[in-house]
Amino acid sequence: MVGGAATAMAASTPSDAQTKRTTMPPDPAAMPVTMPVTLKVNGKDRPLSLDPRTTLLDALREHLHLSGTKKGCDHGQCGACTVLVNGQRINSCLSLALQHDGDAITTIEGLGTPDKLHPMQAAFVRHDGYQCGYCTPGQICSAVAVLDEIRAGVPSHVQADLMARPQASNIEMRERMSGNICRCGAYSNIADAMADVAGAKA
Amino acid sequence: MKFTEPAGTNPIDRMTVVGRAQDRIDGPRKTTGTAPYAYERHADAPDAAYGWIIGAAIAKGRIRSIDLDDARGAPGVLGIVTAGNAGPLAKGNFNTAKLLGGPEVDHYHQVIAIVVAKTFEQARAAAGLVRVDYDRASGSFDLDSALKTAPLVGGDSNEGNKAPAADRVGDFEKAFAAAPVTLDAAYTTPDHSHAMMEPFASTAMWKGDELHIWTSNQMIDWGRGDLAKTLGIAKDKIRFMSPYVGGGFGGKLFLRADAIMAALAARDVGRAVKVAMQRPLMANNSTHRPATRQRIRIGAAKDGTIQAIAHESGSGDLPGGGPETAVNQTQLLYAGPNRLTAMRLAVLNLPEGNSMRAPGEAPGMMALEIAMDEMAEKLGMDPVAFRVKNDTQVDPQKPDRRFSQRQLVRCLEEGAQRFGWSRRHAKPGQVRDGRWLVGMGMAAAFRNHINRRSGARVTLQSDGRVLVETDMTDIGTGSYTIIAQTAAEMMGVGLDRVEVRLGDSAYPVSAGSGGQFGAANATAGVYAACVKLREAVAQTLGFNSADIAFAGGQVSGGNRSVPLRDAAKSAPLTAEDKIEFGDLGKTFQLSTFGSHFVEVGVDAYTGVVRLRRMLAVCAAGRILNPKAARSQVIGAMTMGVGSALMEELAVDTRFGFFVNHDLAGYEVPVHADIPHQEVIFLEEADDKANPMKAKGVGELGLCGVGAAVANAVYNATGVRVRDYPLTLEKHLDRLPEIA
Amino acid sequence: MKAFTYERAKDPVAAARAATRPGAKFLAGGTNLLDLMKIEVETPTHLIDVQDLKLDRIEKTEDGGLRIGALVTNTALSADERVRRDYGVLSRAIAAGASGQLRNKATTAGNLLQRTRCPYFYDTNMACNKRKPGSGCSAIGGYSRQLAVVGTSGQCIATNPSDMNVAMRVLDAVVETVNPQGQTRAIPIADFHRLPGDTPHIETVLQPGELITSVTLPRPLGGTHIYEKVRDRASYAFALISVAAVVQKDGSGRVAVGGVAHKPWRVEAADAQLPAGAKAVTARLLADARPTEHNAFKVPLVERTIAAVISQARTA
Repeated sequence: MVGGAATAMAASTPSDAQTKRTTMPPDPAAMPVTMPVTLKVNGKDRPLSLDPRTTLLDALREHLHLSGTKKGCDHGQCGACTVLVNGQRINSCLSLALQHDGDAITTIEGLGTPDKLHPMQAAFVRHDGYQCGYCTPGQICSAVAVLDEIRAGVPSHVQADLMARPQASNIEMRERMSGNICRCGAYSNIADAMADVAGAKA
Repeated sequence: MKFTEPAGTNPIDRMTVVGRAQDRIDGPRKTTGTAPYAYERHADAPDAAYGWIIGAAIAKGRIRSIDLDDARGAPGVLGIVTAGNAGPLAKGNFNTAKLLGGPEVDHYHQVIAIVVAKTFEQARAAAGLVRVDYDRASGSFDLDSALKTAPLVGGDSNEGNKAPAADRVGDFEKAFAAAPVTLDAAYTTPDHSHAMMEPFASTAMWKGDELHIWTSNQMIDWGRGDLAKTLGIAKDKIRFMSPYVGGGFGGKLFLRADAIMAALAARDVGRAVKVAMQRPLMANNSTHRPATRQRIRIGAAKDGTIQAIAHESGSGDLPGGGPETAVNQTQLLYAGPNRLTAMRLAVLNLPEGNSMRAPGEAPGMMALEIAMDEMAEKLGMDPVAFRVKNDTQVDPQKPDRRFSQRQLVRCLEEGAQRFGWSRRHAKPGQVRDGRWLVGMGMAAAFRNHINRRSGARVTLQSDGRVLVETDMTDIGTGSYTIIAQTAAEMMGVGLDRVEVRLGDSAYPVSAGSGGQFGAANATAGVYAACVKLREAVAQTLGFNSADIAFAGGQVSGGNRSVPLRDAAKSAPLTAEDKIEFGDLGKTFQLSTFGSHFVEVGVDAYTGVVRLRRMLAVCAAGRILNPKAARSQVIGAMTMGVGSALMEELAVDTRFGFFVNHDLAGYEVPVHADIPHQEVIFLEEADDKANPMKAKGVGELGLCGVGAAVANAVYNATGVRVRDYPLTLEKHLDRLPEIA
Repeated sequence: MKAFTYERAKDPVAAARAATRPGAKFLAGGTNLLDLMKIEVETPTHLIDVQDLKLDRIEKTEDGGLRIGALVTNTALSADERVRRDYGVLSRAIAAGASGQLRNKATTAGNLLQRTRCPYFYDTNMACNKRKPGSGCSAIGGYSRQLAVVGTSGQCIATNPSDMNVAMRVLDAVVETVNPQGQTRAIPIADFHRLPGDTPHIETVLQPGELITSVTLPRPLGGTHIYEKVRDRASYAFALISVAAVVQKDGSGRVAVGGVAHKPWRVEAADAQLPAGAKAVTARLLADARPTEHNAFKVPLVERTIAAVISQARTA
C-alpha cells in the first residue's frame, strides 16, 4: 500500500506508480536537445530541429503552426489527427516526427483553402458533413484516402469476397471511415458527401 | 424587446433566408482547418508556454505531501501550480466540485497540479517527476447501495429541466391498484461521458491585471463569471473567448479546470500558457451524465386509457450536487388523472454528475418509452396507437394550461406511415434475415423548450454589410449560420452581406448554447437588435418606420426606395438589444415533440445489435435552417444509438473511479454503426415561443432514441432488456438456441 | 514521456546489438509503443528505429509458404493478393483490427508484440503486475468485462488484444528472429506468447536484443477461411472475443480464439472436435476457463460464435 498510510482496500491496491518514483530524471546534458528532420509538408520542404519526443502531430501544430490537423485524444483513439504520409493516411499522434525524415506529408491545409476547396471539402460543406468542426479535417483526409484505398483494392472487414475489387458502397465507406470518430454524429452526412465525390449512390 | 404577447406577423415570416437549407457560413473554414480553436491561438499568444495537468490518483482523501523538486529541476520547466501556491480560490457558482484539489481530494483525477514548461514535451516529462503521497479515505461509490438510504430531492438541470422531490396528482396508489392492466418495472441507465472531440482546452494570457482567455466553452457569461469568482477578480477584468467549440454536449457548459489552470499558470510564469486536458483524464476530471435507477408503474383501462402513472428515479452526486431529473417528462407527456413522480439523490464520491445533452429527458425517456412499449404489449395495442390514445393537449397536472403547440400525434402517425410501421410483427422474434433477427421499434420524443434572455449588437457598416456580434457560441449547432440568416432576413440583404462574430465576452450576453435553447433565443435576440437597427435606419433615411420594407438591399416605403447602405454613409449605424420574456412560457407549456422509428438486426449467434434504419419526425416550431437542424437531429440520434448499445462509464466501486476513461475504453458510435438516417420536420411556427416562432431541436433528437432501439431489439428477439446499454451479454442466454 | 535518444539502424544485427543497451527499445510503426510512452507505461531511454532495415517484403518460401517481413504493414499484408487468396483468415483478421490509419502504420512484428488493453494496465495509478512486477493486480476483482477467461493466473487476467495474432496462431505461423550475435532462430507462434503465470510482465519468449525479422506461413491449407470478431460497436474496437478458423470440406479444421487469454488461444484437442460441433469444440477449448462475474458471458459467446463459423463454413 502506498506509503503504508492509505486506508486498506478490499481486493487489491493501487500501485505507487504515481506516488513514489525512484528513477532519477535523465541527465539533461546526456540528452541531445534536438535532432534535425526535414518534412515535406504540402509540397514544401520544412527543415526542423526537434526534441526527439515530438510527434508528427505536434510538429505540424506547434512548430509549423498547421493547426488544421487536430489533437482529439493523442492516443490513436479518435482519428482527428489523420494526415496523409506519402499518400497513405496515418494517425499523426502516434508517430514521431523523426520517423518521417524526407516523407511527403499532406495536411488538410494542403488539400484546399477556403477560397479553393478540394472537392471533398466542398462536398462536406454541401452535405453538412460536420458540426463542431473538430474532427472534420481528419474526416476529410481520411475520406480522400479511403476512396484511394478502394480504388487500390485494399480489402476491408465488410468485404464479402476478398478476391473481388472493393466498391465505394455505403457500408464499405462507413467501415473504412470508422477510425474517425465524430461525436456530433455527422456520419450519415459524411457518407453522403463521400458518395457524392465517389460518384456513387449512398 | 420584451416578448409578452404571441408574435404577430413579422419580417421573419417572409422566410426568404430563414427557413431555407443553407450551407454553413463557417463551413469553408472548418473544412480547411483554418477555424482556430482554443489551443490554436498562435497569432494571439505566439510565445505561449505549455501546461500539463496532473490528476489525483485517489477518489477521496488528502494529499499528505507533494514533492515538486525533481519536476522543478527538469529541463524547460517554468513553474508548477498546486493548491499550495495558487492563492485563495473560490468555487464557481456552477461547479459542484472545486476545480483545483488539494490538500483535500474530492474525486478521482481532480486536478492537483499543473506543470508549465517551454515545450509540450518538457511539461509532460516533468509532470512524470512529481511525487504525491496520499491519505486515502473511504468513500461512497456504489449507487445501488447508496440509494437504499437516499432522501427525496428535487432538482433543476439549469437547462430547463426541473422537477420537485415528489409530485402527486390524484391518488396514484389507489388508481394503480384498481387498474385492470398494470406494469411495474425497473430500468437502469449508466453514467455517460460527453466525449466531445476537442478536449477541454484554454490559452490564457495576462495583460497587467486583465486576463485574456481563449477557451472551449458553451456559455461565455457563465464561464467568465465563474472564472472571475474563482480567481477573486472583477468580471470586467476578463475577456473570455470561445469562437469555435469542438463539441460540448453539456460538458463545456461550465468553467472547467483547463481554464482556471491556464489562468493560474500564466500568472505564475508571467507569460501566456496553453493547456489541453489529456484525454485519459477527461472522463473522471470533468462532469458526466449520472447513472439512474428508475421505476415506472403504469395502470390502464382495457381500452388503453392510462389511469395511473408513476415515475421514480434515483441518482447520485458529490455532496452539494443535484439529481438527474429523469422524471420530468413524465409530468407532461401522457394524459392520466393519477400521477406520481419522485427523485432520490444519493451522495457519491465519484466525479461530478451534471448536465449532458438533454439532461433528465435523455435517461428518463430511455426508461419511460420502454415502459410504454411494454404496456402496449400487455394491452394488446399497437405502441403507436397506445401513445396516440393517451395524448393530451393540456398539462396533465394543470389542465387549464395548454401546450403552445403539440403535434405529437402527427409525429407518431406520420413516422409510422413513412417508416412502414404496419409491416412490423406485433409478436416479437418473427423476422429473420439470414443470421439476423430483425425487429422494429419506436418511441415518442419529447423535450421542453425554454426561454432565456439573449442579447446582440448589429451594425450596418458603410459598405452596406451587416455585422452581428453576440457572445452566443456555435458548438456545432449552426449558430453562425442561423444568426446570419436572421440578420439577412431582417435587414433585407443576402447572406453573403452578413458577418457574424460570436463567442466573445466583448459582445452582448446571449442565451448561450445548452438545453436546446440556443438557436431560438439567440436568433430572437438578433431579431430584437435588428428591429432597433431598422428603426435607426428608417430614421436616418427619413422614413416613417411603420410601413417600410427591407428587401434586396433596399429600404422601401411609400413610393421611395433607398439603398440600405445609404443609412451608414456618414457613419456605421449600431443597434443593441436583447430579447426578454414575459409570462407566455408560464401561461403555455412550451415543448417540442417527435417520434423515433428504428429497425435493428440482432445477430442470432452472438447477440450483437446493429442498426438497419432510423427515422425521426420532429415538431419543434419553425426550423431556421433545415440543413443544420437535420444535422442536429441525426447527431442526437447517433448519440442515442451510443447510449442504447455501448456507452457506459464502468465504475470501479473499490477505488471509486470510471475505469474506461479514454476513447478506446468508452466506446461511442463510429461510422459503421450508423446507417442512413431520415429526418422529417413538421411545418410549425410557434407564436407563443418568440418572434422567430422557433423552438429547440438539438436535444429532441436524442430523447427517445435509446428506447426505440431497445424496443426494436425486443421486437427482434422477444427478450426484454431494461438495463442500458444493451450489450450482448444482457440477452445472450435468452436468445433462441442455435443449431 | 521520458527523454530518449534516437537512432536509425542500418541492418538487423546492428539493430539487435544496439538493443542490448539498457533501456533500449525497437521502434517500428510505433502505434502501440508511443501510445504507452505518452503515459509512461513504457519508458525507454533509447529508441532504435528499424524502418530502414528493408524488412518490408512478402516472399514465397521454398516449401510453398510465405515469408512476411517484420515491417510489412498491416494494410500491405491484408491486401497482398497471395494472402487474400491462400490465407484469407489472416487478411480478414487484420482488416477487422484497429482502423485504416493504424493499419497503415502498424507492422507485422509490432502487432505480434502489441501489449494488453487492460484498463488497469493503462492507468498508472492502479496496481499492475505487468507494469510493475509484484505491485498486485487491480483488474482482479475490478472491471473485467474485456479480460481473460482462460490461462489466467492470480497475478494477471489480461488478454492479448491482437486480431492478427489469432489468425497467425490458427495458421501455425513461425516467428523468425536474429539476436545481437547474429544468430537466427524460428519460434512457432504457439510458443511465442507466454501465459501470465507469476511473471505477467514477460509476454513473449524473445530474449534481450532479439529482433523479429520475419514471420513465415506454412504452405496454404486450403479450406474455408473465417474470422469472426465480436464487439459492442461495429468497427474500431477491440474484440470481446474473436474466432479464427480454417475449415475443410469434410468439416475438419482448426480454430483459434482471441480475447479470452493472454495469448491467442488454441487447443489441438479442440480442433479435432470441429466435426462434432461448437459445443464439443468449446468444451475442449475453454475446459479450464475461470471467468469473472463480468466476463462469464465469453464462454457461451465463444461457443455461439464457433457455431456461426461452422455454419458459415458449411454454406461456403
